[in-house]
Amino acid sequence: MENNTKIKIDHLNLYIGKQHILKDINIEIPENKLTVILGPSGCGKTTLLKCMNRLTDLYHDVKIKGSIYIDNEDVLHTSTDVTEIRKKMGLLSQRPFPLPMNIYNNVAYGLKISGRRNKKALDARVENYLNMVSLWEEVKDRLREPASRLSIGQQQRLCLARGLAVDPEIILADEPTSALDPISSEAIEKKFAELKQQYTIVMVTHILRQARRIADYVVFMYMGEVIEQGPADEVFDNPKMERTKAYLQGAFN
Amino acid sequence: MLKKFEEMFFKFIMMLCNFIILFVLVLIIYSIFHKGMKALTWEMLTQRPHGGYYYGKEGGVLNAIVGSLYLSFGATLLATVIGVPVALYMNVYLIKRKKIVNIIRFLLDLIWGVPSIVYGAFGFSLMVFFGLKTSLLAGIITVTLFILPIMIRSCDEILKTSPLGLLEAALSLGSTKTETSFRVILKQSFSGVVTAILLSFGRAIGDAASVLFTAGYTDNIPTSLSEPAATLPLSIFFQLGSPVPEVQNRAYASAVILTVIILIISLLSRALSKRFHKNKI
Repeated sequence: MENNTKIKIDHLNLYIGKQHILKDINIEIPENKLTVILGPSGCGKTTLLKCMNRLTDLYHDVKIKGSIYIDNEDVLHTSTDVTEIRKKMGLLSQRPFPLPMNIYNNVAYGLKISGRRNKKALDARVENYLNMVSLWEEVKDRLREPASRLSIGQQQRLCLARGLAVDPEIILADEPTSALDPISSEAIEKKFAELKQQYTIVMVTHILRQARRIADYVVFMYMGEVIEQGPADEVFDNPKMERTKAYLQGAFN
Repeated sequence: MLKKFEEMFFKFIMMLCNFIILFVLVLIIYSIFHKGMKALTWEMLTQRPHGGYYYGKEGGVLNAIVGSLYLSFGATLLATVIGVPVALYMNVYLIKRKKIVNIIRFLLDLIWGVPSIVYGAFGFSLMVFFGLKTSLLAGIITVTLFILPIMIRSCDEILKTSPLGLLEAALSLGSTKTETSFRVILKQSFSGVVTAILLSFGRAIGDAASVLFTAGYTDNIPTSLSEPAATLPLSIFFQLGSPVPEVQNRAYASAVILTVIILIISLLSRALSKRFHKNKI
């Protein structure tokens, strides 16, 4: 089955000051699959992810050349408002950052700012999205409690629900399990496996075993360059490049 | 052995410093209350100065109490309305422009250090320029200018500690920078912002020099913004300058009133900020 390309990164170069962080990146990310960006720490994976929803706009002294096409629209050079672009993508960061409000409002926030204020509809949607991340049963009696009282694992699932609530097409996840215990990590991985039916998921990780478990498509990065990319079984079982082989065998981390 | 001695030595020095500071603080409060409570009467709180008050006859400092409250609430309100958005702007909108933000911070620190009498003089020249007389309004404007750097920099220091990840999370949900500022970042830092407001209020109500030329002094209670207003610090100043011992004691009584007002405001804002603290991440 041939896949449509959801995100196409075309000759992307990124500099912070004089440092060349991302070097001529060309990637095609398939729709409704889970793509893993794999590589050792400090190779530019997170920066690449943040380019996609233009969070790099926030960083000091960053220069970007090249294009990122999402549904054939170049998000780096477009007249579309950046908030509209960001709405297309839910973000899950390394450590959960719940909003400083109660559990209910964390999920409802995105809906409220896009103008949906009908109480009943909000209630239903909040329940729906909390259910989607299997959090509803755990929190249904304490929706008015501050989100910060939840465990880190619960917070991360809350952040996922909050991101899903604004109807994104893409989920960007930046090492979403790195702060979590094994059980919470597994919960997130399971969720991703379900969610990829409806969403294009791009996940950054440096955990090789995690990548093997869940990836459909793999991009291997090293020192700011894409070394190899392709369907997961090809890259893992038959890597073409020496450096990919070395990494898969644990030569460096 | 040497390490242990070093540890003990510095612990002792720190304890000593703490003790000295605390001692001085208690001493100040004790001497104010000791001298002030004798002269503090119900009359002082509820009456304006009658003729001859400053020679030891009847009356009170209600004019200064009300004037000070008007002035400091007015100035704090104005400074909050201007200062909090400025601090948010520096930390959300200008997050990419580190150099510009650092220049702004430097300038604010510089004008923070300008003595309040200079603000008084500046306010006075503004009044001359606009043809204003000494009035509550002129006082409020001058005090606002005086406390703005304090307000902005204290808010800024708090907002600086708000994690970048939170900003990223809010923006990723499709909120604009304005929504992010007021609905997320401000909420996260709310207790700190309340402290900043309190700090500014304390400076506003405690300062004499900036209101000397601008708000003036009067025995009346102002009924409009264009009338002059008395303030507690000036009232203390004038009463202390009196040769009559009884009036001098009333200066301490006025100081007690000022201290208690600040205490009440502190407690209120503590209670308020606690209510919002629970949502902080």
